[in-house]
Amino acid sequence: MAFEGLSEKLSRAFKRLTGKGKLSEKDVKDAMREVRMALLEADVNFLVVKDFIKKVSSRAVGQEIMESLTPGQQVIKVVNEELTQLMGGTLSKISFSPKLPTIIMMVGLQGSGKTTTAGKLGNYLKGQGKNPLLVGCDVYRPAAVEQLKQIGDKLSIAVYYEKDNKDVKSIADASIKYAVSHNHDVVIIDTAGRLHIDEVLMEELEETKRAVQPTEVLLVVDAMTGQDAVTVAQSFNDKLGIDGVVLTKLDGDTRGGAALSVKAVTGKPIKFVGVGEKLDDLEPFHPDRMASRILGMGDILSLIEKAQANIDEKKARELEKKIRSQQFTFEDFLDQLQQLKNMGSLSHILDMLPGIGGKKLKGIQLDDKQLLRVEAIINSMTIEERQNPNLLNSSRKKRIAAGSGTSIQQVNRLIKQFQDTKRMMKQFGSMDMKGKKGKIKFPF
Amino acid sequence: MKGFLKKVDIFDKLKKSLSKTRTGITDRIEQLVSYYKNIDDDFFEELEEILITADVGVQTTLRLVEDIEQEVRAKKIGQSDLVKELLKGKMLDILRKGSDGSWQDKFPKVLLIVGVNGVGKTTTIGKLAKLYKDDGRKVLLAAADTFRAAAIEQLEVWGQRVGAEVIKQSKGSDPGAVVFDAVHASKSRKADVLICDTAGRLHNKKNLMEELKKINRIIDREWPEANKEVLLVLDATTGQNAISQAKTFKEAVDISGIILTKLDGTAKGGIVIGINSELNIPVRMVGTGEGVEDLQPFDAQNFVEALFS
Repeated sequence: MAFEGLSEKLSRAFKRLTGKGKLSEKDVKDAMREVRMALLEADVNFLVVKDFIKKVSSRAVGQEIMESLTPGQQVIKVVNEELTQLMGGTLSKISFSPKLPTIIMMVGLQGSGKTTTAGKLGNYLKGQGKNPLLVGCDVYRPAAVEQLKQIGDKLSIAVYYEKDNKDVKSIADASIKYAVSHNHDVVIIDTAGRLHIDEVLMEELEETKRAVQPTEVLLVVDAMTGQDAVTVAQSFNDKLGIDGVVLTKLDGDTRGGAALSVKAVTGKPIKFVGVGEKLDDLEPFHPDRMASRILGMGDILSLIEKAQANIDEKKARELEKKIRSQQFTFEDFLDQLQQLKNMGSLSHILDMLPGIGGKKLKGIQLDDKQLLRVEAIINSMTIEERQNPNLLNSSRKKRIAAGSGTSIQQVNRLIKQFQDTKRMMKQFGSMDMKGKKGKIKFPF
Repeated sequence: MKGFLKKVDIFDKLKKSLSKTRTGITDRIEQLVSYYKNIDDDFFEELEEILITADVGVQTTLRLVEDIEQEVRAKKIGQSDLVKELLKGKMLDILRKGSDGSWQDKFPKVLLIVGVNGVGKTTTIGKLAKLYKDDGRKVLLAAADTFRAAAIEQLEVWGQRVGAEVIKQSKGSDPGAVVFDAVHASKSRKADVLICDTAGRLHNKKNLMEELKKINRIIDREWPEANKEVLLVLDATTGQNAISQAKTFKEAVDISGIILTKLDGTAKGGIVIGINSELNIPVRMVGTGEGVEDLQPFDAQNFVEALFS
């Protein structure tokens, strides 16, 4: 990827700022410059970016910086929350009409993926126990109806079309009657791709909409769309009134800023995303995942959240006290280990880090089993032994090795590691601890 | 291929279809000019945003604006309306780097048409076939998109419309084999132009890009004396991802040119400037409408003039 991750840029911008109490106006301003570039590089419309930056800046200034985060991460956290919020907060579903059938109309520009998406949506709804009917209303593009027919055949979903009829409204009308008489509870109407400024064809859509009164009008948008996404979405929404958006071709390497643009100008939720060539590659839209994708940050946000949720502040404080009084025991060691484990497997954590995720760390063997072994060894100790490691003589070590299914060497290694850690912490403890809370490093 | 250039209405048509683009950029620059009588930092920042809105791309925009800023300082330009001329010149420089019309004159010729899904490959092929037919050439089409439902049928409709034979196999067959057949058919039937349709593929799909490389190798091997062009079809609505597309397709099959489609919408197509500045791949043709005639040779001068006139 040509893009440098936002988090790397931010961490560079914030190198000199560590351990501050609150986000200052300057912190935020510096960070926002990078955020702005990241959003623009992701194709978010510049007006949307402008609005967004303004809003987030005012929210971020004066925020308490969480102890486990740097100012840069804190800004990202705020940006991400706002971004997720803006994109709909939680996922939003297709609404079904109480009066059968539910009618869904697919609209959009040429080449956005309407026909394929109509098929995928049919397949998705079929999987939910519905009996969908696909309707071929693209009477312009050569072989478009044929395409829908082939997709329907493959999925064993019925397709309604009228071979020589070019009157879209009448085909749509007739398809509803057909659906009612053939017990289809969902009708998915595929329409021809058209430019939002093509008045004749937009009028055709309006007429069709008036005639069939669809439950949902879904705008299909190519995730790779640039700045123009706002114009397209706004025109379709103004003229037609859309109910939701399907974002296609997300399996490419686009950052997909169009998602944000479309949501911001229409206010309508993104309901599905197309993620592949196969007919089951349609997924519900997750605003949070999209937010980090647009920001180009791997899943660092999830990592921040996990750190937040799993590192227990109170325990961290107790630990600090213990270190100061040099009472760090195997029990505390185990505690730390469990907190780390709660954040997921090591390889998973590394996957979430930008710059690392995706690229395989081939040289490095990430062994979650090693952590498990350490845990087993400590669990095989008696409470007394855990609190006073000096008790560990060779016969005790033998017992522990047998109990944890490890060898005496492994037990010895752990004890050494523990003593090293303790020694390190002793030095640490004699230093001034102010501002260093919660920053204890693990020994491995 | 003089037929291409003889069309008198090309300039008008392009101008018309770009008028929305033009109104966009020019209006906003005019506004800027009247608002900022003197040039200051805010002015350049606004300029930056105007280019970004045209999908020129962040990197290229920054470079363009920086260049202009330096020139303005060096030449002590005090009036902001001169900046427009400067900008025009810069864009033209970038676009001219690779534009070269000579490719149209050599026959026999194989055109391998590639691109991501939904950019308009098959439609563009129909239009291209029509142009060559009108020029009195014998045209063959190869239906090597054997993946998408009804892609072969779609190409066949175009073949009938313009009177070009379509070489095909059944859906799901090996696209390399289709191209192999088509090359040999072209040789034995003495076709002037063979245009190969391929399945839309996202450039980050390794296997699909390998498949494309194979098709490309087959053409080189089976018909080395033909004049081959690998043309990337780009949707003008596409944003920054177009650069990534151009880069990857260039690496895989060494694309020799770009066809920019859907310029009749409101999208600005500025990404072409970004691509030219970063990758040096010339734009060959532009698609400006749904009609079979709506495909013209790209002309950097006209393009920029149309943007700014």
